[in-house]
Amino acid sequence: MGLRNRNKRRDIVSQTTLDNAFDRRTFTIGTAMGGLGVLLAARMGYIAIAENEKYELESESNRVNLSLIPPRRGWLLDRNGAPLASNRADFRVDIIPERTPDPDRTVAVLTDILELDENQSADVLKRIEDSPGFQPVEVASGLKYDQFAAVSVRLPDLPGVVPQRGFSRFYPTGPSVGHLIGYVGPANAEEYEEQDRNPLLITPGYKIGKDALEQQFELDLRGVPGARRVEVTASGRIVRDLETREDIQGDPVRLTIDGPLQDYAARRIGLESGSCVVMDCETGDILCMSSMPSFDPNSFSQGIGRVEYAMLREDERVPLRNKVLKGLYPPGSTVKPMHCMAFLDAGVKPEETIICGGGRRIGNRFFNCWSNHGSVDMAKAIYQSCDSYFYHFAQQVGFDHVAKWAHKMGLGEEFPLPVTSQFYGTVPDPAWKKKKFDQEWQPYDTVNSSIGQGYYLTNPLQLAVMSARLATGDRVMPRLRLTDEKPKFEHFDFSPEEIGYVRQAMSDTVNGPGTAGRARLPFDDILMAGKTGTAQVVSLSISDGKTGPWKYRDHGLFVFFAPFDKPKYAGAVVIEHGGGSGSAYPIARDVMTFMFDPAKGMEALRPLEEQWGGTAQQRLNQKYRAYAAAAGEAVPPVPERDEDIFDQVEAEARVAARQPEAIAEEASPSRVDTRSAEEVSEDTSSARPTSSGSTTQATPADDPE
Amino acid sequence: MSQIVPDPIARQPWPMLFPLFVLIGFGALVLFSAAGGSWDPYASSHVIRFLVFLPMAFVISLFSRELAQFFAFPIYIVIIVMLMAVEAIGFVGGGSQRWLDLGFMQLQPSELMKPGLVLVLARFYANLPIGLIPTWRSVVPAAALIGTPVALVLLQPDLGTSLALAFGGAVVMFVAGLPLRWFLAAGAAAAVLAPIAFFFGLQPYQQRRVFTFLDPESDPLGDGYHITQSKIAIGSGGLSGKGFNEGSQSHLNYLPEPQTDFIFSTMAEEWGFIGGLVVIGAFAMILGWGLKTARESQDRFAKLLATGMTATIFFYVAINLMMVMGLAPVVGIPLPFMSHGGSSMMTNMICIGSLMMVARWNRRAPRTGLIS
Repeated sequence: MGLRNRNKRRDIVSQTTLDNAFDRRTFTIGTAMGGLGVLLAARMGYIAIAENEKYELESESNRVNLSLIPPRRGWLLDRNGAPLASNRADFRVDIIPERTPDPDRTVAVLTDILELDENQSADVLKRIEDSPGFQPVEVASGLKYDQFAAVSVRLPDLPGVVPQRGFSRFYPTGPSVGHLIGYVGPANAEEYEEQDRNPLLITPGYKIGKDALEQQFELDLRGVPGARRVEVTASGRIVRDLETREDIQGDPVRLTIDGPLQDYAARRIGLESGSCVVMDCETGDILCMSSMPSFDPNSFSQGIGRVEYAMLREDERVPLRNKVLKGLYPPGSTVKPMHCMAFLDAGVKPEETIICGGGRRIGNRFFNCWSNHGSVDMAKAIYQSCDSYFYHFAQQVGFDHVAKWAHKMGLGEEFPLPVTSQFYGTVPDPAWKKKKFDQEWQPYDTVNSSIGQGYYLTNPLQLAVMSARLATGDRVMPRLRLTDEKPKFEHFDFSPEEIGYVRQAMSDTVNGPGTAGRARLPFDDILMAGKTGTAQVVSLSISDGKTGPWKYRDHGLFVFFAPFDKPKYAGAVVIEHGGGSGSAYPIARDVMTFMFDPAKGMEALRPLEEQWGGTAQQRLNQKYRAYAAAAGEAVPPVPERDEDIFDQVEAEARVAARQPEAIAEEASPSRVDTRSAEEVSEDTSSARPTSSGSTTQATPADDPE
Repeated sequence: MSQIVPDPIARQPWPMLFPLFVLIGFGALVLFSAAGGSWDPYASSHVIRFLVFLPMAFVISLFSRELAQFFAFPIYIVIIVMLMAVEAIGFVGGGSQRWLDLGFMQLQPSELMKPGLVLVLARFYANLPIGLIPTWRSVVPAAALIGTPVALVLLQPDLGTSLALAFGGAVVMFVAGLPLRWFLAAGAAAAVLAPIAFFFGLQPYQQRRVFTFLDPESDPLGDGYHITQSKIAIGSGGLSGKGFNEGSQSHLNYLPEPQTDFIFSTMAEEWGFIGGLVVIGAFAMILGWGLKTARESQDRFAKLLATGMTATIFFYVAINLMMVMGLAPVVGIPLPFMSHGGSSMMTNMICIGSLMMVARWNRRAPRTGLIS
C-alpha cells in the first residue's frame, strides 16, 4: 500500500514527516499570529498616536454641540426714544420638517398639547409642506409656561420638535406702523443662500426683517448671536452645559417718526383707504407716514395665518401696499401753488389777472373751469382753485418750465430714503410724451397738466415734500433716520415777498374765502395753510366722482403746512376714492390739531372711532373674525393671547406714572398702544418732545441698553 | 522556591493564568466604566461568570486522554442535535435565530460547537491511519464534520460564528499534515468563489457592511457609523487615554455596544495605546502558551486539540481587534475574556480548560516518545 502510494502520489507520509509538518505548520501559525499581533499594535499606534489629533478633534466635535443663541433684535425707536418695534419674551415651539418623519402625527400631538384649533394646525401643516425642510417652522408662539413644559417633557416622542424660549418682535401700535416698519419672518432659502449660508439664519426662531425698515436696517438691528456649548449624547440629549456666551442685542435705530403722531394719523384715516405724511420743514424729518388700511405686523411676525393673509390679499383697498410710497395719484389742484411758483419764476406778476368765464379758450378749444370765478389774480387762483388761470399761464410760460419746477419741488423724484421701493410717478412734459408715446405735446396736454390731471402722477410723500419746499422755499430733503446734525438745504431763488404771497394765498384757502374752510385749526394763534385737490378716477360719464361705486369715486387730496407764516410742519393727505378733497382736509386738520394740542386731537378722534367701531387694531381683528367666519373657518371669538394681559399691564404701567385716569380708557382689550396719545393729551402745555420720554421703560424682557 | 509556594499552586500554568487574570480584571474595569461607573449590570456579572467558568475549566483539565477521545463524537452529535433544535424551536434575537432557552439559561449551541468541532476533528485525525492522510479519506469525513455545523449556523444566520467554525476546522486540518497543495487549491477556489458567495450568499445588510468597511466615510451616519466611532474612540485615547471613567465616546453613547463587540475601543479611549499594548500582550502570552502546549505534547490527539483550541481563541481576538480598528468588516464577534457575554466566556473557558488538560497530560507524560 505504501509502495502504491509512493508511485501514485509523491507524498511519503510517516509519523516523522507528520511531526515535522506539525512543527513547521504550528511555527507558521505562530508566526502568523505574532505577525498579526504586531500589525494590530502598529495599527493601533498609528490611530492613537499619529492620528491622535484628528480623532481627538472628532471626539470633541461629537461630544460638544454648539448652538447659536439668536441675538435679540435692536429696537426701532421713534424720535423721542419710544419703541415702535421692540421684543418680548416668548415661549415658542418649532418643527424642523426634515427631522420629522411623520408631520401629521406630530402636529396632531402638538395640537392636542398646545390646544391649537383646526385652523392653526392646518396652517402649520401647510407651512411644513411649503418649507425647504431644514428651516424651522413655527408651530405656536406666545405659549404659557405649562404648555411649553408639557411639550419639553414629551420631546422623545416628538422628533424634530424644538421648544424654545426666545423673543418675539412686538409692534405696540400694530397696524399703524405696518407699512412703515414692515415685519420680520424666518429667512427663506434664497435669503439663506444670499447671505453666505449664515447658520444664524436657519437657527430656529431667528427672524430677519422682511419688509420696509425692518429689512432696510437689518444689519444694524441684527446684533451678534450668542453661543451655547453643550455636551450631548449620540441621540442629541443634552448632558450638561459647558459654556455660554451671551448674545449682543442689535443696535437700536432711531427714526424721525413721531410714534404717537403716526398712530394718530393712521387711526384718524379711519374707514377710508389713504395715507397721511407729515414732515418737519426745517429738518426734513418725516414725522409720520401712515398708510391705511394696513396689516398687523405682529401677525406677520408670528407667522401669519392662511386665512388672515387671504383676507388681506383679497381686500380691494390693498392693505398690503404702502400707499405713501407706492400709491400714485393725479395730484389735481394740489400742484397749483407750486405751479404759481413756476409762473413767478417765469416773470408772471401776482397782480396779473385773467377773466374766468367758467372756463377759458386755449388755442381753438374752450376748456371748462369748475366754476365761474370772474377776474382772477394769483391769490384767488390758489384759494379759489380757479382752473382757467392755470390754463392761461401754463400756456403762456410753457409747460416745460412748469415741469422743471415740479421736479425741483420733488414731484417725479425719488428720495434717498431707507425704503424698499418708491414709485416716483410722472411729471409730464413734451420730451417725456415724445419718448413715451411718440406723440407731440398738444395744448390740451398743457391744460390738463396745469391743473394736475392728465398724465400727472405723484405719490403722497412727494406731495408732502412739495408742500414743505413750497412753504420754506428750501430744497427740503425728507429723511427717516434721526441724526443730531441739522441738515442744510439749498434755497430756491425766490424773494421772501413771493414766498409770503403764496403762503398767504394758501392760508386763505383754509382761513379765508377758500375751498377748505372746514380745515381751519381750532386755535386762534396757529393758522394752517393748505391746498385742496380732487383727482378724477374715471370720466364724468361713468360717475360724478362723489357717489356711486367706491372704485369710481374721486381721490381726495390735501397738502398743507403750519403755522402758515412760519412753517414748521408740512404734509399731505390722500384719500383714495374719498369722493373729493372734503375727505382729505378734515384728516389733515385733526392731525395738525393733535400735533399742536394732543388733547384736542384725541377729543376729535374718540367720537369718530366710536362711530367706526373701535381703533384700527380692533376693527382689523373684528374684520378678520368676520372674514374667517364667512370662509367657514373657526377662529376663536377672542383671539387674544395671554400676553395681551401683559400688554395691558405694560400700558398701564407706562400710563400709570402719568395719568391714572387713562387706565379706564385703556381697559379695552386691544394691543393698540394708545398710551402716547393719552399721555400727551394730559400734557396740554404742548411740550411734545418730552412727553413720550417715559414710554420706554416698561418692556421688561430686553432693554435696548 | 517550591517550598514557599505549595506544589498544587506552583504546578498550575501561570504563564497563561496570569495574563488571563489580567484580562478578566481589566475587562471588569472597562465594563465598570461602560456602565457609566457602576458594577451593574456588566462588570459584576462578568466577574461572576468567570468565577463560575474557571472551576469548570479546571474540571475539564482533569479529564484523561482516553475519556476525552471517548466523548469527542458523542459531544459533537449532541451539539449538532442542539443546533437542529435551534432551527426548530430556538428563539430569534438580533435578527437571527441563535439561542435555546434552557429555562435557567439561554444557550447558544453554535458557541459550544467551536471547541466541540476542534475536539472531534482532533479525534478523527488522531485515529486516522497515517497512510490515509494524503488521500480523500482524510478530507471527506472531515469536510462533513465541518460542513454540517457550518451549514446549520449559516441558516440562523450567523456568518461570524460559521467563519469561526470553518477557521478552527481548517487549522486542525492544516496541522494534521494534509498536503499543502490542497490548501493552496482551496485558497484559490475560495478566491474565485468569494465574489459569487458575496453577491448571492450574503444578506444585504452583510453586503453593506463589507462595502462600508471598504469605505467607512461613504456613509458616516449609517453603516460606517460603527467603524468611524470606534476609530474615533481609539484615536482620541492617544498614548495614555482620557482616564478611567472619562471616555466620552462610550459614556455619551457614540460608541455602539461599548460593553460587547466594541469593548476594546471603550478600553482604548480611556487607557490609550498603553492599555492596548497590555491587552494585545496578554493575548500574545495566552496564545503563545497555547501553541507551546501544542508543540510540547507528544501524541497527535493532544497536538491537534491544543492547536485547534488556540486557533479558536485567536480567531476571536484577531477578528474583533481588526474590526474595531477598521481592518475588517463589522461582524458580531466579541473579544475573549473582556467582552460582556456568557456564551463567549463559556466557549473561551472551554478552550482554556482543554489547553490546561493537554498541559497536564504533557506534565504527566514528558517527552518520552510514547506514540499515540
